[in-house]
Amino acid sequence: MMSKLQIETSTMEIPKVKSENRFLNFWRQFRKKKPALFSLYFVFLLLLTMVIGPHIVPYDPAEPNYNRLLEFPTLDHLFGTDEYGRDILSRIIVGARITLSVSVSAVLLGTVVGTVLGLVSGFFGKWVDKAIMRICDVLFAFPDLILAIGIVAILGPGVRNVIIAVAFFNIPSFARIVRGATLEVKEMLFVESARSVGASTTRIVWKHIFPETIPVIIVYFTMNVGTAILSAASLSFLGLGADPSSSDWGAMLSMSRDYIGSSFHLVFFPGLVIFLTVLAFNLLGDGLRDVLDPKTND
Amino acid sequence: MWQYIIKRILGLIPLLLVISFVIFMFIHLIPGDPARLMAGKDATLEEVEEVRQSLGLHEPFVKQYISYMGNLLQGDLGYSIKSGAPVVDLILDRVMPTLGLTFLSIIWALVIGILIGVLSAVFRDKWPDRLGMLTAVSGISLPNFWLGLVLIQLFSVQLGLFPTGGDDAGWKSYILPSFALGAGIMAMIARFTRSSLVNTLKQEFIRTGRAKGLSGTSIVFGHALKNSLIPVVTVAGLQFGFLLGGSVVVETVFSFPGLGRLLIDSIQFRDYPVIQAEILFFSLQFILVNLLVDILYSYLNPKIRYD
Repeated sequence: MMSKLQIETSTMEIPKVKSENRFLNFWRQFRKKKPALFSLYFVFLLLLTMVIGPHIVPYDPAEPNYNRLLEFPTLDHLFGTDEYGRDILSRIIVGARITLSVSVSAVLLGTVVGTVLGLVSGFFGKWVDKAIMRICDVLFAFPDLILAIGIVAILGPGVRNVIIAVAFFNIPSFARIVRGATLEVKEMLFVESARSVGASTTRIVWKHIFPETIPVIIVYFTMNVGTAILSAASLSFLGLGADPSSSDWGAMLSMSRDYIGSSFHLVFFPGLVIFLTVLAFNLLGDGLRDVLDPKTND
Repeated sequence: MWQYIIKRILGLIPLLLVISFVIFMFIHLIPGDPARLMAGKDATLEEVEEVRQSLGLHEPFVKQYISYMGNLLQGDLGYSIKSGAPVVDLILDRVMPTLGLTFLSIIWALVIGILIGVLSAVFRDKWPDRLGMLTAVSGISLPNFWLGLVLIQLFSVQLGLFPTGGDDAGWKSYILPSFALGAGIMAMIARFTRSSLVNTLKQEFIRTGRAKGLSGTSIVFGHALKNSLIPVVTVAGLQFGFLLGGSVVVETVFSFPGLGRLLIDSIQFRDYPVIQAEILFFSLQFILVNLLVDILYSYLNPKIRYD
């Protein structure tokens, strides 16, 4: 039913996109989504910060300055200083690297494992599919953050274990999404023609089915990075993630919550940056979904 | 209907068995010697052995599993290493505050979420829609611990309206934490109400209503909304897990004496029997809510039952 609809709509669209580069076509549509476009710029800015951050900070983020403890934001220190007199802006800039790399690598790990499981499950069907989907059911039976907390409780706190924990709850959702996409693609004519000219199973899955699922994967990857940042920050806030003395944004919040009331800027700025970053990934994900995966659109 | 409910409950049994096994394995997955870890760094050999004996870790694996399952079915979740109290008692002490908190969050998430969703759908592509959807996507992106801290600063420190934490102030101590906890779900509900209502408003029977001369309000609230809330129910249920995870964080922010704080305290003390029981409890709650949502969904939408 679904696949028939899919074929119909795709044949309908063919005249419009005829002989056009797929990427250019995507970009033309995406450019019109202003919030998503701005978010894309913001994400690029964050990536740039990750790379050159430590070289552009106004102050040494680790250097205490006992003459300027807990200062409110001023022109010298735009975001103020913390309980050791360290510049909060500099710490946030440097912290982008650890915060983002933890979340992105966790989602990447979850995506790779989930995608492979989803492709295998959708393509082979039968007992393989059943077994993989049952495993996903079990993972789904634990609320996300509770699963992550449980994994960290077993493995111990720390950045590496947070990556594993957050990756884990990304696996089942990717497996299901990619499986769904695979089931749809599998029924399409070009897969059948590939099979009829004698292409091997691995070749069909890898060369024909996987590329068709990439748009969906990109959409959910982007959205899940936002969620992963929140989860990793929550774990750090609970004292289960990044080293509390590091400039990870969640860890910064965890250390500064004792100063709420007297020095609210300590809490305000790291949280604001987490919020804006997650917002950017979510808006970007929404925009990508509108363009790349229009059937789930409103 | 009953047939469907019984079928669904029976279908859960294998899942429950696997989950209880996974949770039983919890202690065995800890790298190193769990008894030594739980006894603490300075424990003597005798103390470590005592912990091992009390947890039955010296028994053969299969026997451990059988006695674990036996105890579980009798409602015995073992004893806390830190306080020696039965884990069941510790959990029961904390259930009510957390339930109250989650319940209140869901209530106002539904009320405000549906309201925003309806306004956005009715004024589609106009400013109330844009504002509503901006609020919604912000709600999804807000770290709930930060929202909690901002609320404390604003309403407790600056305005002195609510306590900064704990649950000693009666209903007042529930307002801020439930707000911080519910914001994310409120946002999800707003988005789903909007898209579902937008779809319903396009349908034939709405056009008929309009042709008949019904007012806009009566079309939206009398006809369209009822039909649009089915997917919203599902979303609210699916997001319940988000709420359970969130309660751990929010209870930490507000020093709220619920299950979430118990979990974090137990992790700090490596009180594994309590952690184990809490994770089991959270996932059972999650499965139960999803079951209730499925049943409610099939009740509202009878087509599902016959698939």
